[in-house]
Amino acid sequence: MTTTFDPYASSRETTEGTVFSVTGGDWDSLVSEIGESKEERIIVNMGPQHPSTHGVLRLVLELEGETITEVRTGIGYLHTGIEKNIEFRNWTQAVTFVTRMDYLSPIFNETAYCLAVEKLLGITQDVPERASVIRVLMMELNRISSHMVALGTGALELGAMGPMFFAFRDREIVLDAFEEITGLRMNMAYVRPGGVSQDLPAGMGVKLRELVKSLRKNFEDNAKLLIGNTIWMKRTVGIGYLDLAGCTTLGITGPVLRSTGLPWDLRKTQPYCGYENYEFDVITADTADVYGRFLVRMAELEQSLRIIEQAVDKLDALEGEPVMVADKKIAWPAQLALGADGLGNSLDHIREIMGSSMESLIHHFKLVTEGFRVPAGQAYVAIESPRGELGAHVVSDGGTRPYRVHFREPSFNNLQATSAMSEGGMISDIIGAVASIDPVMGGVDR
Amino acid sequence: MSEEQKGMFGASGTGDTSGYGGLVRTAASTGSTERPYGGYFDEVADDLERAYPDFADAITRVVVDRGELTLHIKKARLVEVAFILRDKLKFEMCMGVSGVHYPDRTGAELVALYPLLSMTKNQRIRLEVATSDLDPHIPSVVEVWAGNNWHEREAFDMFGIIFDGHPGLTRILMPDDWDGHPQRKDYPLGGISVEYKGATTPAPSQRRSYQ
Repeated sequence: MTTTFDPYASSRETTEGTVFSVTGGDWDSLVSEIGESKEERIIVNMGPQHPSTHGVLRLVLELEGETITEVRTGIGYLHTGIEKNIEFRNWTQAVTFVTRMDYLSPIFNETAYCLAVEKLLGITQDVPERASVIRVLMMELNRISSHMVALGTGALELGAMGPMFFAFRDREIVLDAFEEITGLRMNMAYVRPGGVSQDLPAGMGVKLRELVKSLRKNFEDNAKLLIGNTIWMKRTVGIGYLDLAGCTTLGITGPVLRSTGLPWDLRKTQPYCGYENYEFDVITADTADVYGRFLVRMAELEQSLRIIEQAVDKLDALEGEPVMVADKKIAWPAQLALGADGLGNSLDHIREIMGSSMESLIHHFKLVTEGFRVPAGQAYVAIESPRGELGAHVVSDGGTRPYRVHFREPSFNNLQATSAMSEGGMISDIIGAVASIDPVMGGVDR
Repeated sequence: MSEEQKGMFGASGTGDTSGYGGLVRTAASTGSTERPYGGYFDEVADDLERAYPDFADAITRVVVDRGELTLHIKKARLVEVAFILRDKLKFEMCMGVSGVHYPDRTGAELVALYPLLSMTKNQRIRLEVATSDLDPHIPSVVEVWAGNNWHEREAFDMFGIIFDGHPGLTRILMPDDWDGHPQRKDYPLGGISVEYKGATTPAPSQRRSYQ
């Protein structure tokens, strides 16, 4: 190895070997170099650690003064190989992986995956109604918590701190409900092929009605703070424009598509989980800009609350019904519940398999270690996540593990619109444009 | 998926007494579905046949399975069929491309699947194109659906499918200098074995598998 002196990467010898201290360039020489060049073209790397790029998004901006002439988007910094990992786990374990993709909307990932597996198993009609209603309830709660991050961090990135406090206060309320229902605030692995992992705890209906009431009141704070606010309007109206033609060309769905005026919402157009039985409106705006997307998300909060109210009413009527398919070759054997010792367990079930029934023990063992088989074939299921069409393409070779799972992530797709929204605009406006796409890098990179 | 398999652990004739070893796993059908396909699928097929005279030559199989229509298309004809589907049949959105690797299907190891959506008619269909590992080229549909740009880069990155005509086919999720294409079946999951008190749990891809 040759050693040459580098002013920006000095080295010293230690007992552990050579240690390099890498520092930045000399600012003065950089400035004088820029001063000497004739053109004003600058290329700026924004991210992957920039606070307003929603995690590890990298934007390579070519600037002419303060005008953006070209944007390139770099992703992949959060690639965790979830799709590959799933191929080495059984069908039920995969839920634990997909829930971590788009970490702001875990319930949607789980539901899309489980609906696809159920389609492959041919048990879509056998999923109990109570399980479907709980899925809808959880998805709409999740839509609220996800939109709260979109609105809160979006506003924060544009310099408004108040909305973030309100949004995260409201998000906490939803996450507390998640914790009470599933035991976890995020990444719950709650939706399982065939139903959900466990029923709602006793008395949850009353708490959910209270939650709806307090959220409905809380949402007014942000509405009052932002709608019509001069500074907010100046930062969002006419910014990040993308019309319907642009959206269809780039495959954009979700609030960005609905901000162009097209009422395309899979909950209405291609209902799943019984969404056809709920009354709600598809929210649109006609401005096709950051402000329109903000308004769409704000108004969708109220629609989610309406669905939650109806779901809670349905759950009252379905009290005591099962939340998992009746087929014991698919359903998880033990119905776990939180015990007094704080652990999730099912003492009755343990008593049965350890004390009285050898067959139950074998069955439990085979189902937990090996899992169930899914007939060979493929299925694509799309649901309306907070960011647009979330599609799960699931392929089975007839075995106990997925042969291939691919997620059509709305964040991944929609991020392609960054250039179309920002080129020709000011550098400050790309922040608003990216925030209005609401990309979650966990979902983008998977 | 290529052949019928029995038992588990890949073992044969051993004493698996649980009864699960007697389960038979059947392969997916490789034939074409007969008409009527049901639902709007007949209408889609009729419209495509009318709008595209070479239908019989370009589309090798029409499969209806689990309520989904899949058109298997010869790869050389993909782009022209895509244009017809977009312009005449109003499939204005392509929801990306999903690659699948079947090492056992000699000559058609790499498969690309395109889920299409028509918002005008509220319909969904899927296109399937297969190519060989030795010639991993499939024409790009970015000129038809621009939004497929990143999706094709992902399929290239993960499976090594080369989309001819793509405006800039580079890796998108893995580092630029990465060797191999991680989601191919011949690419191991990796991971490290875990040792605890002298016993070792092998890395996930090294563990025995229930087939």
